[in-house]
Amino acid sequence: MNAPDTNLGFVVAQTAHFDAPLRLKSGAEIPAFELAYETYGELNAAKSNAVLVCHALNASHHVAGRYEDEKDSVGWWDNLVGPGKPLDTRRFFVVGSNYLGSCFGSTGPASVNPASGKPWGADFPVVTVEDWVEAQARLADRLGIERFAAVIGGSLGAMQALQWTLSYPERVRHALVIAAAARLSPQNIAFNEVARQAIMTDPDFHGGHYYERGVVPTRGLRIARMIGHITYLSGEAMTEKFGRLMRRGAPGFDFDIDFEIESYLRYQGDKFSTYFDANTYLRITKALDYFDPAADFGGDLRRALARAQAAFLVVSFKSDWRFPPARSREIVRALLDNRRIVSYLEIDAPGGHDAFLLEDERYHSALRSYFSNIEL
Amino acid sequence: MRPDLAAIVHWVPQGARVLDLGCGDGSLLRSLWQEREAPGYGVEIDDDSVLACVANDVNVLQVDLESGLSLFADGSFDCVILSETLQTIHRTEFLMREMLRVGREVIVSFPNFGHWRARLQVVLGHMPVSETLPYEWYETPNVHHCTVADFEDLCRRLGVRIRERLVLHEGKPVTHLPNLLGSLAVYRCTAH
Repeated sequence: MNAPDTNLGFVVAQTAHFDAPLRLKSGAEIPAFELAYETYGELNAAKSNAVLVCHALNASHHVAGRYEDEKDSVGWWDNLVGPGKPLDTRRFFVVGSNYLGSCFGSTGPASVNPASGKPWGADFPVVTVEDWVEAQARLADRLGIERFAAVIGGSLGAMQALQWTLSYPERVRHALVIAAAARLSPQNIAFNEVARQAIMTDPDFHGGHYYERGVVPTRGLRIARMIGHITYLSGEAMTEKFGRLMRRGAPGFDFDIDFEIESYLRYQGDKFSTYFDANTYLRITKALDYFDPAADFGGDLRRALARAQAAFLVVSFKSDWRFPPARSREIVRALLDNRRIVSYLEIDAPGGHDAFLLEDERYHSALRSYFSNIEL
Repeated sequence: MRPDLAAIVHWVPQGARVLDLGCGDGSLLRSLWQEREAPGYGVEIDDDSVLACVANDVNVLQVDLESGLSLFADGSFDCVILSETLQTIHRTEFLMREMLRVGREVIVSFPNFGHWRARLQVVLGHMPVSETLPYEWYETPNVHHCTVADFEDLCRRLGVRIRERLVLHEGKPVTHLPNLLGSLAVYRCTAH
């Protein structure tokens, strides 16, 4: 008998519809919107056991479990979330929320703009991490969750977790901020800009209005994804995984795939371009670039985080060069300056930025202990 | 409880903000919280100890002491504790200065290399191994051993004022010839 590929079993995605307009940070307004989400476990009577999981760039609200009608549909954080797992769904009510502007079921650029009856396309506003938290707060209201036991996320998800503690300090008891940065470095922004340029210069992009032409800027998306992947892996992990292995055993003296790493990047790029929306990708990278809670405080992160009341667990990975440990230590320092409750772990795992998705024993054991110490 | 830790708990005032450097599994911080209602943070580099702290529900920060205490603002703690860790530090002077920068008060404990049994073992041609110095020379994490007299010299050189001193042997205070008869020393110091 095959071992089950998930402990949670089959899960079902849901959609919440919100009629009241949402005013965005940019000043634009979304008249109404939908947010896709999933829940696992049961909300207890005191409603004190809810944990919000925020996802990163290319993931979705499908955090754990598997869809019944889809093979190979195990959620992106299934190794962490489930019965008996570090984030134990027998004890916690776990909510995986999609973000506004996504292409996985929430209102986004591919959705129909009620004003025109056509897909929003390029007209879909640029959304920010703050906007996402606003939308998720409405979902929390809808689910009857006044206060989360914890909000957790890695990378861009960690930015949302951090923003939750600032937008709604009284609604978050614990924030687990993993592989995070309080703002992108110019180098991070540079990588994002190359990805955007790859998409926007694709002849099939049509200024973002490609839906009605029945085409997809797959070439641009493909390159954007390849660039992303380079930054997610550490050099060490790449060497270990691919080395200088050659596909055909010897140089081909042509421009077909020679090295395994080329094959991997092309495969990842191809796969991504079949399911991800280019307009969404542009907006997510902008949300990353704009995120900077200290900006309103003259760059002073200490003052920016003064509002936070949550207890924090901050985790970084030594091999992560996208958001290296020093970026997490900036957050820790600002929290300490505000005399907040915080623990900080610097895990010596080789996985690079993607390490937050992997099953490192120390990492998972820390999260398991941390969650089990949260009183309900 | 280790005898130096009992002394430390005794010296930490009620409700003091505490930083415990090299905090191990966080048991001192737990006692300080339970007995003194002193909230604190531990600093620890070792993975297993850090995990134990998280399991013990103690605030822990996984950073290397050798790189200083740059996470902490000047004067942000009432008490900075370095218990039986001084001898493992490479940049001893630097760390002492850092401790005095972030804490109003510093508590340091270390095994006394001047204890007569240690001296005797050296005279007999061997590196000391004892209850407070439990490692063979080839496996010890300790890099900078000192005696009671040496530590007090360093304090003088750094302009550190010693407020209290407790020298122990087998858990009991030693008042007579402490540098010879004591195996474990605990100091409470301030900058001026």
